[in-house]
Amino acid sequence: MRSRGGAKQNEPAASPLAAPVSRRDFLRGLGTTAVSAATVGANAVAAELAQANAEKLRGPQAAPVTLSINGERRTFTLEPRVTLLEAIRLHAGLSGPKEVCDRATCGACTVLLDGVPVYACMMLALEAEGREILTVEGLARGGPTPVQKQLVACDGLQCGFCTPGFVMSLTALLKNKPRPTEAEVRRACAGHLCRCGSYPRVFAAALAASRAPSA
Amino acid sequence: MPWPKNTKYLGKSTPRTDGPTKVSGRAKFTADVALPGMLYGAIVRSSWPAARIRSVNLAPVIAAPGIRAAIPAQEGTFEVRYYGAEIAAIAGISRQAVLDALPLVAIDAEPRPFVVSETDATRGESPKVFADRPNLGEGKARNTGEVEAAFAASAAVVEGTYHTQVEIHHPLEPHGHVVAWDEDELTAWSSTQGVFACRTAFAQALGLPQNKVRVVCDHMGGGFGAKFNPGAEGILCARLAQAAGAPVKLMLTRFEQALAVGNRPSSHQKIKLGATADGKLTAFQMEAFGTAGFGAGESTGGGSGRASFPAPYIYTVPATRVRQGTVAINAGQACAMRAPGHPVASFGMEAILDDLAVKLNADPLDLRLKNDPSEIRRREYELGAEKFGWRQKYRKPGSAPGALKIGIGCAGAAWMSGGKGTQAELQVNADGTVEVRVGTQDLGTGSRSVIQIVAAEMLGLAPEKIAVRVGDTRFPPSGSSGGSQTTASVSPAIYDACEKALAELARLSEVPDPKTDWLTACKKLSAPLQVRGQWREGLSAGGACGVQFAEVEVDTETGFVKVKKILVVQDCGAVVNRLTCESQINGGVIMGLGYALYEERVMDRATGVVLNPNFETYKLPGAADIPEIEIMLLDMPERGVIGVGEPCTIPTASAIANAVANAIGVRVDSLPITPDRVLAALGKVPATQRGASAVREFEPVFRHVAALPATAGAKEELPT
Repeated sequence: MRSRGGAKQNEPAASPLAAPVSRRDFLRGLGTTAVSAATVGANAVAAELAQANAEKLRGPQAAPVTLSINGERRTFTLEPRVTLLEAIRLHAGLSGPKEVCDRATCGACTVLLDGVPVYACMMLALEAEGREILTVEGLARGGPTPVQKQLVACDGLQCGFCTPGFVMSLTALLKNKPRPTEAEVRRACAGHLCRCGSYPRVFAAALAASRAPSA
Repeated sequence: MPWPKNTKYLGKSTPRTDGPTKVSGRAKFTADVALPGMLYGAIVRSSWPAARIRSVNLAPVIAAPGIRAAIPAQEGTFEVRYYGAEIAAIAGISRQAVLDALPLVAIDAEPRPFVVSETDATRGESPKVFADRPNLGEGKARNTGEVEAAFAASAAVVEGTYHTQVEIHHPLEPHGHVVAWDEDELTAWSSTQGVFACRTAFAQALGLPQNKVRVVCDHMGGGFGAKFNPGAEGILCARLAQAAGAPVKLMLTRFEQALAVGNRPSSHQKIKLGATADGKLTAFQMEAFGTAGFGAGESTGGGSGRASFPAPYIYTVPATRVRQGTVAINAGQACAMRAPGHPVASFGMEAILDDLAVKLNADPLDLRLKNDPSEIRRREYELGAEKFGWRQKYRKPGSAPGALKIGIGCAGAAWMSGGKGTQAELQVNADGTVEVRVGTQDLGTGSRSVIQIVAAEMLGLAPEKIAVRVGDTRFPPSGSSGGSQTTASVSPAIYDACEKALAELARLSEVPDPKTDWLTACKKLSAPLQVRGQWREGLSAGGACGVQFAEVEVDTETGFVKVKKILVVQDCGAVVNRLTCESQINGGVIMGLGYALYEERVMDRATGVVLNPNFETYKLPGAADIPEIEIMLLDMPERGVIGVGEPCTIPTASAIANAVANAIGVRVDSLPITPDRVLAALGKVPATQRGASAVREFEPVFRHVAALPATAGAKEELPT
């Protein structure tokens, strides 16, 4: 195949196989009967490929997307370009995760995806199908968790806009590492911004929660 | 001051009352408000730094799928003067519908010449931001005494030029509103620092009577001075909702936050300072200018529309000559940002004071103790120096061995605070619970908890018995939350309401001292008891001070500055809630850290755009950057309640900058102190355009500013 941008004349081909060959040249080389047969065969293969890809093709129109959020399966009608964050906030009506930057630089949209903190603004909603999504609203079923209690006790928050994001990352941290060091806590918070400057008490709250009996 | 002694809650630490709702994600911010039939709004912004907008054709937008309203920002022909200025606004049934429709707006624009550099803008041939006036506006001038004679008589004279950057507020919750019309009544859920100020502005802009406008702000995600009024975005949101006949939510994106909703002005300060041989200041001369965006010289919400600032800041110098100018450029307008003018003033003044200490071979702490007129600050320096180990740690500048050099620095602050005028409604229920309603705001500052703690103390009740509601113009009025005035404005009103409530409860229940027999007294109420309290003299004051000490480690091979420790000695009169007060101080220090080392709005000279309108390139302090912060919070109940939100951010960058100079033995004269500037100061790399080598650029402007007549501008009043 001739390369789209025009062949680079002075560039030697690495091997004969890498030398650009147009479809026309290839089919011409086959001879007329072979071309017909090859064309039919190629079309059949192409048709099969198109068929297989069509099953994975979504949109651009809105289509059903089923998400498991906080243990509940819900189906929404979404364009493929809708982010997981928008799906959660606007369509599922859960306002815990916040939109602050919409480009993976601040952590306010953090949710747990199969237990792992992710930026919901950086996933398409349909990418999260078949996964377990946990937002801050899904945490405190039986009352506030140790992380939440200690954030309140240590005053690890001020305006509160970044707080749900921190809660999710710290929850995942303590699940995977029940007794973290302060350095590990800072590392877990590395994807989060707080403009009010509550960091010192967020760290203190995480360490206090790690020492709490039911952590 | 009649605040009680031996208090149970006042001055102690109590978890903030809205903590549980925030950690659970239940707290609703403006960004979270959802109304039936609500539309999504967005603003079309200028991609030209300067242009005449001849016409805006919205017909293709209105015809686009899902669009319900499209309005121009202004009727007819108008000028835009910065990249990001509002041109039109659109509302549609979804974010996607609006995003698809935005490019359909047809703008007939005539681009104009533009200028975004403060020094370029002062040259004769520069494009003018406003055709009818020079870019370098009428400045402020002040003379006291005779500086020439005083310098001539001084044993030591130092000179220096210091630069500070444009800083952006970047609250995490963007600016934004949800507006709903009900016939001719308007309700706005606004992310604001002033519900009543917003109500006035909405009413005026839309031609509505004030009694048909309600503004609500239950929780808001940070303001720092940028959210005093609805802004263009608020009015556009209201007009969209009116045009569409449906509620509209219009929240700005992070990109827009970096362009169009305010910033802290920059500064370029040329200072000359004289002193006696033993370090008593004799003479101070300054020429300074900076940019406050395109609106240089215009007043903006919260004050500080100009780039001027108090000088010589907190120090008393018998002879002074100060000239300041503000330069208009084609960039977003400045507005108040946490302690407007003060971190700027502090940086130049504290830097040259340390430079004078170097010249006199003196300890910078001694120079401050000798020249600081504030008894409170001198006491704070003594207390802090002992805790910090200043005398033991202090070394001559640049004398630390090795490539990683430790240095220490200090600086002081003054802030008016004060605050008055709040009214509050307090309701006592028959079951003994209490509700307090105030039309004030909680920006994360903990105002709700201030109200709760004062009521708990004065009524003798556990805080949990007291529900606090704020942020609604249906509640009694309070001022906007700025100037660190809320606590001092609100606390006396609650005190007053509690006094009245106890008196009225005693009368109605015939229980002589309801405080000691609360439930019995309340049970006698046949209806909830409501009283109105108001601010009164004698319970609050102005005049916060504060000093900070910084310890840094500078890597002289990479230029990287690591702040190891900040010690804060802070006063704010009577501490109401120690826990939330300390959190505010942490926050002020961390914001000062960003100002010192990381934050800077960068404009592109060639295209006039903001080069760093996102968090990747406009750097806020993050988890790895936070030093050890130790707070000595002085509780002085005899002074009354004084606010702390701003004083605690004023001296941080100055202390850090002085610590860096102490570490490496040479002054980095510009904020932020980035690695390239450290290495340039050390002579390891050539100085950059932003730094000292731009002297040639600045000199002509300083000369121009120096020639300003001694007429304009009022003397800044500072508390002693």
